[in-house]
Order: sequence, then C-alpha cells, then structure tokens
Amino acid sequence: MKESNEKIICPITAKHIKVALVGQPNVGKSMLINSVSNAHLHVGNFSGVTVDKTEVLFDYKDYKFTVVDLPGTYAFTDYTIEERVTHNYLCAEEYDIIINVMDSTNLEKNLQLTSELLTMSKKLVIALNMSDEADKEGIEVNAQYMSELLNIPCVKVSAAAKTGIEELIDTVVKKFEGEKKEPKLIFSEAVEEEIENIVSYLQKHNFQAVNSYRNIAINLLKENKKTYEKLHEEPIWTELQPIVIEASKHIELHHNTDDIKEAFAEEYAAFNRGIVAEVVKQTTTKHEAKTLTEKIDRLLIHPIFGIPIFLFFMWSLFQLTFTLGNIPMDWISAFFTWLGTTIAPTISNDDVRSLVVDGIIGGVGAVVLFTPNIIILFIGIALLETTGYMSRVAFLLDGFFHKFGLHGQSFIPLVTGFGCSIPAYMSARILKNDRDRLLTLFIIGFMSCGARLPVYVLFTGAFFAQSMAGNVLFGIYISGAILGLIFAKVLKITAFKGVDEPFVMEMPKYRLPTLKLIWHTVLTQTIMYLKKAGTFIAGAAILVWFLSNYPHDVNLDKVYAAKIEKSVSVKQKALLENQLAEAQLGESYLGRLGKFTQPIVAPLGFDWKMNVALQAGLAAKEVVVSTLGVLYSIGGDVDESSKSLANNIRKNIPFASAVAFIIVIMIYLPCLAATTVFAKEAGSWKYAFYLFVFTSVVAYSLAFIGYRVTLMLM
Amino acid sequence: MKNLLDCDRGEKVKVSKLNAAYDLKQRLISFGIMKDAELEVLAQAPRKKTIEIKVGKMRLALRSEEAAQIEVKEI
Repeated sequence: MKESNEKIICPITAKHIKVALVGQPNVGKSMLINSVSNAHLHVGNFSGVTVDKTEVLFDYKDYKFTVVDLPGTYAFTDYTIEERVTHNYLCAEEYDIIINVMDSTNLEKNLQLTSELLTMSKKLVIALNMSDEADKEGIEVNAQYMSELLNIPCVKVSAAAKTGIEELIDTVVKKFEGEKKEPKLIFSEAVEEEIENIVSYLQKHNFQAVNSYRNIAINLLKENKKTYEKLHEEPIWTELQPIVIEASKHIELHHNTDDIKEAFAEEYAAFNRGIVAEVVKQTTTKHEAKTLTEKIDRLLIHPIFGIPIFLFFMWSLFQLTFTLGNIPMDWISAFFTWLGTTIAPTISNDDVRSLVVDGIIGGVGAVVLFTPNIIILFIGIALLETTGYMSRVAFLLDGFFHKFGLHGQSFIPLVTGFGCSIPAYMSARILKNDRDRLLTLFIIGFMSCGARLPVYVLFTGAFFAQSMAGNVLFGIYISGAILGLIFAKVLKITAFKGVDEPFVMEMPKYRLPTLKLIWHTVLTQTIMYLKKAGTFIAGAAILVWFLSNYPHDVNLDKVYAAKIEKSVSVKQKALLENQLAEAQLGESYLGRLGKFTQPIVAPLGFDWKMNVALQAGLAAKEVVVSTLGVLYSIGGDVDESSKSLANNIRKNIPFASAVAFIIVIMIYLPCLAATTVFAKEAGSWKYAFYLFVFTSVVAYSLAFIGYRVTLMLM
Repeated sequence: MKNLLDCDRGEKVKVSKLNAAYDLKQRLISFGIMKDAELEVLAQAPRKKTIEIKVGKMRLALRSEEAAQIEVKEI
C-alpha cells in the first residue's frame, strides 16, 4: 500500500483525507455533503442532477476533508456520461477512501453498486442514508450485522434530519487510520471454485501483487480491463490465460448465458438478496396498502388526464410569473430611478455622469428589474425537479416526443432550458446516445430561457393589455416549444439519422422538498443571475453606452444649439433636443454599424436600432432590453417598466416588425456563455458554428414569414 | 413466448430471458432486470407507448420497444 497521505503541504500536522462519495442516483449524496459541510450543492429528485464531480472542503477535528461528490451511477457499465465520469474517477484518480451512500429503503438495488465497489480494493465506508424515511416505512436495518457480514463499516445516517453525520465522519477517520480489510463477497459454489483455481495458481507461482490474489482472480473473471492489462505483461500470462478462459466458460455455462457480465450481475444479485434477507426487517405489515406515491401517480400519470394536468401546471406558472412578478417590479424601477436622480447631481463631468446614469444604472437596472419574474420561474422549475414530477412528465411525454425523434428524457434538459440554457446543455448528459444528445442540444435553444423573459415582458406589455399579456407570454413559450419539436423532427430525418436510444428511467418516490432546499436552489440561481447583471451585463452596458456616444459630432451640437436658441416654445425645444440626440446616435459607432448591416434585416422590418439591439443580444439576451433602453430613451430615463420605453417602443416600432423581432429573439443563439457551454457539451466548436448557422437561418426565415403574414393581416 | 409488453396492468411476472442487445442488456441489468427478477406492471401511458414497472422497490419507466425484449413467465 502506498503511504502518500501525509503530504507536507500543510504546515500544521493536520491530515488530509480525500473522500470519494459514490452512490446510485437519487440516494441523497449531494444532500449528505450539504449536511456534512454546510455547503449548498444543487439537489434534485431525479437522476442526473450532479452531472459533474464537485469538490467540497471542510475541517473536522485534526483532519482536512476533501469530499468529491461523484455523479450517481447504477452500475459500472459506462452507459451514460455520468457513469463514465464516476467510473474513471474511481479507477484512475488518487483518493483515500470511498463513502458508498445508500438509500436504506431500497438496499437490494443499492447493493448492486456496492458489490462492484467491493472488488475495487479501496477502503470503503457505507452510509445508510434516509434512515428516517426507512423508520417511517417500518424498515429496520441492522447496521451492526451488515458491517460484520460485509466486513465493511456501515453507518445509519439521515442527510435530511441530520442524524448520524458525526458518527459517519468518525467512522471514516477510523477507517482511514486503520488497515484495509478484505471485504466479504461470496459467490456461488461454481464461481468460488474457479476463483480458488486461479488463486492457487497465483500462489504456486508466488506472484507479486499489491492486491490480494482473490481480488485479482475476481477481476480477471470479470474481464476488468486494468487487471488484464497489468497481467498481460507478466511472464505467467501465457499459462494463466487458458485457465481464465476455461473458468469464464464454466461460469457462463453455469448461468446459461454467453455474457460474463450478466453472469456476474446474477451472482451479485444472489449475494445481495442474501444480505438483505439477513439484515433488513419489515416491522409493520402494510405490504399491499397503496403507498402515497402510487396514489399520486394514479392521478398525475393518468392516461387521459396526465398531460392536461401538466399543461395546466405550466400555464399557471407563466400566469404567476407575469401577474405576481409584476408587483415588485414597480418598486425596483422606482429604486433605480431614485438612484439615478440622486447620483446624477453629484457628478460634474457630463460624460462620466452619462456613463454612470444612462450606461451603468440604466443597463443594470433594466436587468435587475426582472428578478421577481425570474425568481418565480426558478421556484417553479425547482419544484418540478425536487418533487419527482419531472420523471413522470418524461414518462407521459416519451411516446409523443419519440414521434419527433426526441427521447422522453430529453424533456428534462428541455424544461431546464426554460430557466437557463447553460444547466440545460449540461443536463443533456443524461442522454447516452451521442446523436440523441446532440439533437437535444440543438433544440434546447427553442425553449425560451429566463433571460429572454424581459424582452417578452417588455414587448407584450407594450402591445397588449395587461389582462392579455400573460396569455400572450404563455403563447410565446408554447410556440417556441412547438417549433423546437418540429425542428427536432427535421434534424432527426436529416442530420441526426440513426437508431433510437432505449428509454429506461427510474421513477423516484415523490418527496416534498423542504423549504430550505427550494430556498437554497432558487437563491443560488438568483445570485448567479444578479452576478451576471453586475458584471457581464454591466460591462456590456458600458460598451453599448460607449459605442452609442462616440464619436461625438461637435458640429451637430453647434447646429442644433443655434436652432434650439431660436425656438420659442418648450415643446419645440424638446423636439429639437430629441432630434439632436437621434442624429448624434446615428453618427456613433453603434449607429454606423447598425446602419451598415441594416439592409440585411430590412426585409424583416427592423430599423437600425432594433438591428443593433439584436446584435448586442448575441452576448446576452438581457442586453437587448438595456440596449433598447439606451437607444430609444435618449434624453428620457432608461427604465423600461416606467411607461416611457414601452411607449417609445409602441410609437417607434410597427406591430409587424415587433412580431418579427420577437421571433428572432425566440430562436437565435441564447448568449455567449451558453454557446461556450454548448460547444463544450457537444464536443466541438464545429457544432457551435452549425448551431449559429442553423438558428440564424431559421430565425431569419421565420421572422420574414411572421413579418409578411402580420402585414397582410393588419 | 410472452414478453413484458403483453402483460396487463397489475400483472406480476418473472423474467426468463433478456433478448436485448449488449448495451441495453447491461442497462437493464444495472436496474436489476435480470433472469429470475420479479416484475410488476404498474401503469401504461396512452397506447402502451411507455409502461411503468416495479422491480424490487424501484419504479421504472420503459418504452414499448424495450419492454418487448424482456421475456417473462408467470409466477
């Protein structure tokens, strides 16, 4: 064994313990880390919330802990990306100890992964999580006995109720300090015989190895790649190989299969059944009574009512987003107006004042304004994720999705896409098949993300009555989703032809999420949104402000100054001032760019200002609103909920152009950050380029049609 | 031979053979669907496009194509 644990990095005598947290999906690994370390990892109730490994650091007594939260995996089949991430980490990285997290209410299934971990020859501690839930269901697990049977410490914990956490860490420390023990894993007689054969051969030749002979024998029989590679170079391999092949044949024959993995899976299952029979006792006898989950499922996945119920939930969410979200908006806009007017007199330099008030406060204010709507949307999505309803919808919609070439599980990234495209692109990893994943990645953009909401709210508010706006908003989202499905089909029969991926998905128990959980999830996402507003968007706003203010034509100023002086009425004066502002804007860098490329978008009915806003929107959709704010409200205040911007938009933009504008917003690239993540998830920048071309062509064509049709109807 | 798709709602059966290709077979096994495992059909989506089954204590959704590859016998 290697003694590389006492690294001399730390001047104090603290010891570092690196823990790999492993478990099947949805057993509460992330929640356990949160309980142990007070971290706030994202927790959900379906497989695939933790898509990448996350590290959490904390101190306990004299130890420095690094806990690596690995994506949930059912077995080491390398079927999905998450499974590969976990498997590769466990095989190739350096760590001291594994904590295997299990769902106490379903040990037999969870043990399947454990039995694979047992052959890894690493120190292992088992955390029997959800012990409170098991108590409620009348399931009694004898942790003591289980520890003896497996020769591995098992500790009852509850991440939700925060019980047993300290005992778990103490056990980890003890295990870390102690010797590695050979776990007990007993196979059927036929397999044991073959293992014994190989072990005695290794003994006879006094083979030098770090791991035990038994472990090597099991791994050889399981066709473990690493063990094979290692032994392949040994001189004994020529003699050993025929023995192993013969042994495999015997085992396959015994299990009546030609697949050694299947044979071992059956071996493990038999062993696990034995363990469960010994250590688990069902105390209350409510075997045939319908569980709550089954009752709820009766209704929610009802063959007829299931989908309408889902649509109703979604409709309610968008109604709430608009109606409830609008109330605090007035307060926020009042605050930013106040902030602007308070700060303005304190800055003497004209340029700096314009930069701070119009550029920064205006731009950032425009984005912050929509925080209430965003929060409501995030709460809705968090509820969908944490209750377990998400998987039910995937179940209901798979048949329908499949028609469009999508996978039922595509639903999960697609719904996440309504919140933000970035986590949506990442959650597409639950799709195993590369074609299916790419197809889903290309479609996610059609699900309008939270950042586009401000643009929709602004335009629906400008052109529709308050009572209609919520419905129009829902309509925009739904038509985006429908377009997505149609283009999924188009892509499926053109670019992503191929065999369909199987649909096998766990339906988790319904869980009522704690308020704290929802609070943390929504808080983290909201902070991320505000952070983006404070940094990226503020930067973009400054850039737009600069490009729209420079170069400043002094001659124009002089010409208009003379005119203004001559004018008599206040009204005429104001009109001239606006004309000056507009003329200056037209001469600015932004104006020149907008005018230069305007012929391209002229068929869609866009003026150069809309053109500029759309181009700025490639950086982030929030920038569209702040840019429109800067461009349409020169001289006025840059606050779009106040009537001015909405009014200006209604006055300056014809309805048909507005329709085309919204269509483009719905379809073209979400934002720079999302595009980067897209390229990473798709595996190549080549795909990001395809996405750009695909979305731009579709957006342009549909906007053109939308513009023409609206013109004809009006 | 009877397969899982032929089963009615509420029916309990035992797996006799997996006829799936390698990848799908591994996937099914990792969910505990293997020879001699007991399954119960819990629910069916419209037109049996997707079915929900119970394996041990876990509920699992399967598409009709996959269900048809699981050979079962009555208990």
